[in-house]
Amino acid sequence: MADPSYPDDLKYHAEHDWARIEGDSATFGITWYAQDALGEVVFFDPPEVGAEVSKDQAYTEVESVKAVSDVFAPLSGEITAVNDALGDKPETINEDPYGEGWLVKVKLSDPSEVDSLMDASEYQASLD
Amino acid sequence: MSSTAELRRTPLYDRHEAAGAKLVPFAGWEMPVQYAGIREEHIAVRTGAGVFDVSHMGQVLTRGPEALAFLQRMLSNDVRRIPQGGAQYSVMCREDGGVLDDLFTYRLAECEFLTVTNAANHEKDLGWLQSHAGEFDVDVLDRAGDFAMLALQGPNACSLLQGVTEGSLPARFHVVLRAVAGVPMLVCGTGYTGEGGVELLLDPEHAEDVWDALVAAGAAPAGLGARDTLRLEVCFHLYGNDLSEQRNPIEAGLGWCCKEQTGFIGSEAVSAARREGTTEKLVPFVIEGQGIARQGNPVLGGGEVTSGTFSPCLERGIGMAYVSSARAEPGEHIEIDVRRRTRPARIERRPLYQRKGA
Repeated sequence: MADPSYPDDLKYHAEHDWARIEGDSATFGITWYAQDALGEVVFFDPPEVGAEVSKDQAYTEVESVKAVSDVFAPLSGEITAVNDALGDKPETINEDPYGEGWLVKVKLSDPSEVDSLMDASEYQASLD
Repeated sequence: MSSTAELRRTPLYDRHEAAGAKLVPFAGWEMPVQYAGIREEHIAVRTGAGVFDVSHMGQVLTRGPEALAFLQRMLSNDVRRIPQGGAQYSVMCREDGGVLDDLFTYRLAECEFLTVTNAANHEKDLGWLQSHAGEFDVDVLDRAGDFAMLALQGPNACSLLQGVTEGSLPARFHVVLRAVAGVPMLVCGTGYTGEGGVELLLDPEHAEDVWDALVAAGAAPAGLGARDTLRLEVCFHLYGNDLSEQRNPIEAGLGWCCKEQTGFIGSEAVSAARREGTTEKLVPFVIEGQGIARQGNPVLGGGEVTSGTFSPCLERGIGMAYVSSARAEPGEHIEIDVRRRTRPARIERRPLYQRKGA
């Protein structure tokens, strides 16, 4: 597992989720801190494309050997893609949480919600 | 978080911290749940050797002219059958058959027995034993503070141990006094993983030296997370999950360690349960397809998962559940409500994982 990292180009939610904003769309995933706390992910049950997600609400689950954990949506919108590759290799969430370990892509319903998220330095400060 | 200050620490706490363990509260102790990762530690124990700090477990010494008669009354198994230097598994029951704890007892001498308790039950067990000792010529002594306890487990555990031990190692279910890494200790041929190996009972003052010697010899530090996945693959019970005062040993599948003719406390209730059958039985299961059942998940049509995890060896969700006795047969299909998703599972024979070459 890599060392802790919190890329500057992402926005962060207090429930340890990140969002990469691209216009009115975003990619979601869980942070380094979240995957480290969870331990090795052994199961990701992807939500369905087309499903609505609401900011601050759980939209899927990731499971490690010892526990299941809800994943919260940092922003609201409609799921346009899910990372199917995680079905066979859920441990990618640990190995590359900000890259190949992304969870879903979402068409945002209210891009202004982005203003409520933390930047990398604010999120890191919240972990101390 | 606020309770962390009240948690007890084993003599190996500094070693766990230095090794980067994740430490969690467990039965009043601050214990390592994992070091490198549960799966990696699990595989190390299945293929090599792992060492666990289980110093949270308690010990009770029973000695005196009537120690045997006393334990025969308190424990479900036939204590007379433990030879000197032998070990035996049993449960301790209430009058109504409810299980107070499951225990290993080692016969150290003709009239001296050491019983290992589950950490969460130690005070309760000690009180129960002492409250029944009055009519026997016996001393029941709390020895929990006198021992550190390590479990060295895996196909390579015994050869690894032999390299740092003077004299022969004990046979399965036997206990010997040996010097390991120069430290005298009880070496017990027991474990909780389904692999070969030993459990070591030693002076806490020397725990760090022995731990260091075993790790230097090649044992991988393994935490409570791997201990749980290992025991569940071979269907060993965990008290508080699969056993409780509300369950008798017959429904838990532990009738084999109950010898009612010895007249132990609860033997009449156990005998009745054996004769009349029980409403539910504990069964091992494997999830068919994806998903991981967890403790507390309901079984559709009646019953409940008492232990559930991901099996690193089978790479599937596995577990144990109490289900209606009518369908508690290997090959039966059940459905489990895993957080509102129905997951099909198949009842299997125990163990779910068979040791290589066993």
